[in-house]
Amino acid sequence: MTLETAVAAALFAGVVIYALFGGADFGSGFYDLTAGGTRRGAAVRTLIDHSIGPVWEANHVWLIYVLVMWWTGFPASFAAAMNTLILPMFLALLGIVLRGAAFAFRKFAPTVTQARLYGAIFAASSLITPFFLGTVAGAIASGRVPATRRGDLWTSWLNPTSLWGGAIAVGSCAFLAGTFLTADAYRGGRIDLVTSLRRRTLVVGAATGAVVFAALIPILRDAPTLAAGLTGRAAPLIAISGLTGATTLALIAARRYQPARVTAVLAVASVISGWGLGQYPWLLVDEVRIDDAAAAPATLIGLLVVVALAGIVVLPPLVYLLKLTQSADWTHH
Amino acid sequence: MLHAVQALVLDDPAGLLPARNQMALSLGWHIILASFGVAWPAMILVAHWRGVYRRDDVALGLAQRWAKVSAVLFAIGAVSGTVLSFEMGLLWPGLMGRYGGVLGLPFAFEGLSFFVEAIFLGLYLYGWGRIPPRRHLLMLVPMAAAGVVGSYCVISVNAWMNMPVGFRLVDGQVVDVNPWAVLFNPGAILQFAHMWVAAYMIVGFLVAGVYAAGMLRGRYDRHHRLGFTIPLVFASAGALVQPLVGHVLGLRIAEAQPAKLAAFELATDTESPSPLRLGGLLINGQVRYSLDIPSLGSIIARNSFTAPVQGLDTIAPTDEPPINITHVAFQSMVGIGTLLFLAVALYWFARWRGRDLLSNRWALRFAVLAGPLGVLAMELGWVATEVGRQPWVVYGYLRTRDAAGDNPQIWILLVATAVLYTGLTIGAALVLRSMARRWRAGEEDLPSPYGPQSDAAGGSRPPTDREATTP
Repeated sequence: MTLETAVAAALFAGVVIYALFGGADFGSGFYDLTAGGTRRGAAVRTLIDHSIGPVWEANHVWLIYVLVMWWTGFPASFAAAMNTLILPMFLALLGIVLRGAAFAFRKFAPTVTQARLYGAIFAASSLITPFFLGTVAGAIASGRVPATRRGDLWTSWLNPTSLWGGAIAVGSCAFLAGTFLTADAYRGGRIDLVTSLRRRTLVVGAATGAVVFAALIPILRDAPTLAAGLTGRAAPLIAISGLTGATTLALIAARRYQPARVTAVLAVASVISGWGLGQYPWLLVDEVRIDDAAAAPATLIGLLVVVALAGIVVLPPLVYLLKLTQSADWTHH
Repeated sequence: MLHAVQALVLDDPAGLLPARNQMALSLGWHIILASFGVAWPAMILVAHWRGVYRRDDVALGLAQRWAKVSAVLFAIGAVSGTVLSFEMGLLWPGLMGRYGGVLGLPFAFEGLSFFVEAIFLGLYLYGWGRIPPRRHLLMLVPMAAAGVVGSYCVISVNAWMNMPVGFRLVDGQVVDVNPWAVLFNPGAILQFAHMWVAAYMIVGFLVAGVYAAGMLRGRYDRHHRLGFTIPLVFASAGALVQPLVGHVLGLRIAEAQPAKLAAFELATDTESPSPLRLGGLLINGQVRYSLDIPSLGSIIARNSFTAPVQGLDTIAPTDEPPINITHVAFQSMVGIGTLLFLAVALYWFARWRGRDLLSNRWALRFAVLAGPLGVLAMELGWVATEVGRQPWVVYGYLRTRDAAGDNPQIWILLVATAVLYTGLTIGAALVLRSMARRWRAGEEDLPSPYGPQSDAAGGSRPPTDREATTP
């Protein structure tokens, strides 16, 4: 593996982890939005607050990690992507700011009315953010981000691959969140919540699976380079995602919520990795290869040092936090 | 003259003016919240430590409330910091495209620190009553440390922009990149010290001011006295050393950035020795309305009785920063800093002599004002150093206009950000005020109001907030 590929892999690992953990946080917005009125929805909203409250900021840092790795390791392509994709980046950013702030405000809102306002902002922005980030992925994957000049302001992200990418992102987030929330509710002994969350997760999961596979058809036509990768090198990953996704649904249907979390994570991780492997060795598809976009070797080595340090300094407490919040002890308290 | 200005403006890329305003707005807003991330964990740690080890329930109560407030502030700080990450590329493609590989590594380390801070923040905020008390208290230590390391990393990039190292420019190409030289660049430590101390000052003064306001309304209980004193000790330490740190930092500018120093000091001509020019504006090339103190300029800026401050006459007009903004911002910062230095010196002197100024209403009023004044000084300091570096973004290597993109859409971003940040400021103020109000009303736990009743969460084991946050 070349130095460039190693850094790109570390960067992409960040994308996958952000999609999984950040995604599960964003996806909870779907259940918050559809929880019903203040009386009926209070239980679900409290559960969501409990589930994502301790972890969302840590999960959010993966996005910062991705951005920093990108602009340091592959600076020119970062500038190019930001330049062409300025609008979806704006909108995703808007969603990120509103989501985080509204979530914090809601927790300490003085009245139900204010909590409802913040809750609506939190939930809606939780859904739009993954959508716009998905369109960004679609733009890059379909070769619509030129390396040196500015691409089209609109069609670069309003095109079949981007829109399907956005839909896949939203669906995957909601699917992950549903699986985790159902498991949390089950662990907490909240049978009433489990029933409704389970039903909705099954629907969301089935719909997302359908979207992922339906998207292959327009993508084959719209993004030939990506399509070649998806049907070639990355085909096993797509198959795995289908398999694990279906298994997740079966497990949830069978009320086996704890193992369903594992297969759900595998399913979404395979979809995202499928995209990455599908467009390899391109960084910006049809425009710049990973090896040609990289910064100076000294910088790349520095980044790998940071990644190694992250493994030592960040990973243990992160695992402790995630394990703690997923433990029965913490839930029951 | 006017034509020249118009030509200059027309010549600038469409993204320059909005990008500069956008950066100023979003950085100026974020830096206040970032200061809380840097400085507050240490103050909470002191209160919490007293609570646990000295069984001081008042201190423990303070720590609990501060933790809840920090949950709100750190959340907005995290997202407004993310805005800046996006903006590096959105606003400054010319900087990131060319120098991203040079300046990026410190940001990667900053990312690590932010990670640590966010993880332990989650553990700390939700650990009340869930993690054994002594271990729970320890969660603050990595938070406080990460805040310090993170701010060092970010400041090292800014110091690098002032004194670029770690690369060579050959035929317009950046070569011989050494990113470690950027992380450990010689300008970083002092600049970091200046900002680090500033963070303790503004957070200390702001938090102490909240309790001073309470005392003004007659609430003289131990809760208010302790809530005032802990942050004030931090702020005082900061205010007392800051003039020295600032002075030492300033000594370097004469060599590193003569144009900036000339603007700070409003030195039109190179004089030996140079006067200290208090106040004053440059109008049509003439200094007006200033008070000149002979020789003091050389002593303060150069640590010498004779060494001159290099004047603007030696700087090419195209390399001059906007003089008046830089000068006024710099001197206002110094003025406020001096005022705060004198105020805390007076407070502790009086206390040493057995006089408690907390019974003096004017002292309390000033204590309320000290926080906003500190924030103002910090913002002015950033204006002075950033405007004073213009027209360069990477001093001597890259002009700001070449770093900006051609995106007129950034105006949309600027307007949206102004609206959004106004809304967030109002939202945060309302939420924090209502929290304080409910605390005063004796409601300690502030259950999440998701339903008509706080027990609407239902279920067989309702983990309501009331249960969850009681230690």
